[in-house]
Amino acid sequence: MNFFTSIKMAIRNIQGNKLRSFLTMLGIIIGVSSVIALLAIGQGSSKSVSDSVNSLGTNLITVTITNTDTHFTKSNLNEVKETSGVKSVAPILSGRETLVNGSNSSESSITGTTSSYLSIRKLSVKEGRFVTSIDEQFRQKVVVLGSDLADTLFENQSAVNKYVLIDGQRYLVVGVLNSKGGSMGQSSDDSAFIPFSTAQRLMKTTYLTQFYAQANNQNSVNWAMAGIKRVLSQTYSDSDDYSVVNQQDVMDAMSSVTSTMTLLLAGIAGISLLVGGIGIMNIMLVSVTERTREIGIRKAIGARRRDIMLQFLIEAAVLSMLGGIIGVGIGFAASEIYAAATGGTVVYSFPIMTAAFLFSALVGIIFGVFPAYKASKLNPIEALRNE
Amino acid sequence: MTEAMITMHGIEKKYELGGSVVHALDHIDLTIETGAFVSIIGPSGSGKSTLMNMMGCLDKPDAGQYTLGGSRIDRLKDRELADIRNQKIGFIFQNFNLLGKLTAVENVELPLIYRGVKSKERRTRAMECLMRVGLEERAAHLPSQLSGGQQQRVAIARALAGEPQILLADEPTGALDSKTSEEIMRLLTELNDNGRTIVLITHDLHVARKAKRTVSIRDGRLQEGEHI
Repeated sequence: MNFFTSIKMAIRNIQGNKLRSFLTMLGIIIGVSSVIALLAIGQGSSKSVSDSVNSLGTNLITVTITNTDTHFTKSNLNEVKETSGVKSVAPILSGRETLVNGSNSSESSITGTTSSYLSIRKLSVKEGRFVTSIDEQFRQKVVVLGSDLADTLFENQSAVNKYVLIDGQRYLVVGVLNSKGGSMGQSSDDSAFIPFSTAQRLMKTTYLTQFYAQANNQNSVNWAMAGIKRVLSQTYSDSDDYSVVNQQDVMDAMSSVTSTMTLLLAGIAGISLLVGGIGIMNIMLVSVTERTREIGIRKAIGARRRDIMLQFLIEAAVLSMLGGIIGVGIGFAASEIYAAATGGTVVYSFPIMTAAFLFSALVGIIFGVFPAYKASKLNPIEALRNE
Repeated sequence: MTEAMITMHGIEKKYELGGSVVHALDHIDLTIETGAFVSIIGPSGSGKSTLMNMMGCLDKPDAGQYTLGGSRIDRLKDRELADIRNQKIGFIFQNFNLLGKLTAVENVELPLIYRGVKSKERRTRAMECLMRVGLEERAAHLPSQLSGGQQQRVAIARALAGEPQILLADEPTGALDSKTSEEIMRLLTELNDNGRTIVLITHDLHVARKAKRTVSIRDGRLQEGEHI
């Protein structure tokens, strides 16, 4: 019998049992659509994270001091700055304070830092200027606002040359930054920046717990990191007292999380496709029993075992492939709805879609083999006697 | 003397039933000539269905030789038997055995599908067969939309579609009233007049007498003539 005729016959049989066919396909539909939607969303969010990590520049090195007994001071920082491979450093002293302008107020993160912070974090000034070394030297009460924060406090007016109250003291707004966006709770758009020396006084500390360093170029990142560790080891004997991390490390950690997640999703999807496959086998077995007489007639008329087997196998495969196609469609729609509703990024992977579809077809064929074999083995005499 | 269509020699078939062996067919010798119209009569349980299955290559004998249209059947494999059924035999059943989801013409096409005939030619040949049984106007109807007599005529058309050497009819009028039975028998007689070999199995003497030759079967043994 010709292959095309078999497919036509299978489609007719599926059409003849619409509700049952749909219920049978449901397992496959859910499996395939969840793979596609979850992976699109997962890959989309990991892409947006890695984009924002990348936007900080690959030369960025983040140093965190975890030992609070031995203090890390500005003079230590100057030693780091002299290390070969390091282009510049920026201390970070952060805290949360309430900023007030008239009736508008906002509790925001305040970062005390130096002028080099701007270039290290690849930020840019929209209006006015950033903190300068003169501000630093004279402990000027000046503040640079992130774009969102400026909007909150000054609404539509220009913030530059106006005053805001921080912890009851007047600070002159000298600049507003361009919006940069951000991730992991580190958006510069919601932050305020003041000179490091001013921040020390505001937060009543003299030492540092974190600073950024910028390597000369991408190739010298590891060299610079080694230098920084050498300087730190002179102060701290235990390497657990500090951590030196570059953006690549962050990316690596992130991608290991992503790949674990992808594996997990693939596992869940695989299980649901397996369950869907069992559903198909179940229905095909019922169908073989129901159509015993039909099988008998076909055999009496001259269908070979191979013809009967092929008929049921193709039916199972068509059923699961149809489920796969519908699943791809629903998965695609679900991701689009997610993207529209949350504003998140979704990334479609064509190979994954193809793989999910092919896998569903394979499931149908594998789980269709047994019922098809059973059908082909039926004795035509017995089958014809069946009512 | 025309050449033999069917030659059976020493055919035996045994069944084990509740511990005792039943001889469904007990040393059957039978020759049916090409162009013959033979009826096989017997009460239920006489083995006539088994004989019919054997002739129709649905069953294999335990012992004996069976030659159909010049080829030995008793040693063929399942797959070869399927091909023989497809090409040499046309079945007509008591309860028509049409596929309920296919239209009349699609039912008639079935044997041609398994023979790998192309769809256009299939349709033409199926329509010719329907025309021969006078149902070309009902081609697009489902079996459930046809009367019993019409369904049996579709079944006959299906049996004819493969241009078989022999028609095997198992109680073809068993589910029909006497008037439609007459029609079906007239159709079969007509087909025989045109040279088709027909074997008819029935327990109805009235139907059996329409055939040119009658053979009786009882307890798996065959006898020439009417012995009921």
